[in-house]
Amino acid sequence: MSESTDRQVKADSLGVGLGVGLYGISFGALATTGGLSVAQACALSLLAFTGASQFAFLGVIVAGGTATAGALTAVLLGARNTFYAISLAPILRVRGLRRFTTAHLVIDESTAMALTRPTVHQSKLGFYWTGLSIFIIWNLMTFVGAVAGNAIGDPKAIGLDAAVAAAFLGLLWPRLDTATTRWLVFIAGAVALGLVPVTPAGAPIIVGGLLAVAIGLVIGKSAAQVGDE
Amino acid sequence: MSELWWGIIAVSFGCYLLKLAGLAVPEHILEHPFTVRAAALIPVGLLAALVAVQTFSTGTQLVLDARLAGLAMAAFLLWRNVSFLPMLIAAAATTALVRLFW
Repeated sequence: MSESTDRQVKADSLGVGLGVGLYGISFGALATTGGLSVAQACALSLLAFTGASQFAFLGVIVAGGTATAGALTAVLLGARNTFYAISLAPILRVRGLRRFTTAHLVIDESTAMALTRPTVHQSKLGFYWTGLSIFIIWNLMTFVGAVAGNAIGDPKAIGLDAAVAAAFLGLLWPRLDTATTRWLVFIAGAVALGLVPVTPAGAPIIVGGLLAVAIGLVIGKSAAQVGDE
Repeated sequence: MSELWWGIIAVSFGCYLLKLAGLAVPEHILEHPFTVRAAALIPVGLLAALVAVQTFSTGTQLVLDARLAGLAMAAFLLWRNVSFLPMLIAAAATTALVRLFW
């Protein structure tokens, strides 16, 4: 009984790992068509290993921003992983050296696959099987995509610049679940575009994004007093 | 070493340390309601700004071009629950076709 459900957890985790890992191809291809080398694309997937931040760094570079602006945007996006790790800590209970390797696998999908399990044992299975399978496939596919991207002459001719925007929209989509977040999306986008002609590339993303966060925090505070959604 | 490499090293270190912090730092320091809410909002704000800038600007100029058609296709497919990779390919193809014929 419990054996078959363990197997089910592993199968689900591998399924998610395959699905998510595959779009490492899009990251690799967009990275090299956007001006990164194959080694740089692979280094990001190996060392940063958090999709949204990798796409964000790339997006700022492609838009003509500095590496500093790109890194700042990417690291800010990575802050959500801290909170994933906090919810995972009491389940995984990792100490010593193990903690340093486990930390690297803390991403959206491994967290989701761990926190939805009924027992600690299956949470661990979900976390490690999902995290490791994504890590392996994501990195292999980044390499494949990066090499393929290098062979593409003009990225705009096949619409790859639109694919970068679509990637961000895809990452944003599951978070559009309340009226408040939809308003914040509008504000962040409008402020960022308003700043485009008057600030250096990269700045509109950070300023527009963080202004929306500040507004969201103020609104959230007053909403919490009324009784929240 | 190039500026781009330094950026990549900064992203890698920063993102890794943020993951490690959550496993290593005592809970009560980071689970204040304000920080929890800020952490949920940061991806929304930054991703929205990234979508807008990536779709409607080139360098420091606002532009309206074929990328908008690709983004509209992406939004439609996401609404229809199409998965990530086919959605990206369709968005790119839409933009490419608009550029080719218009």
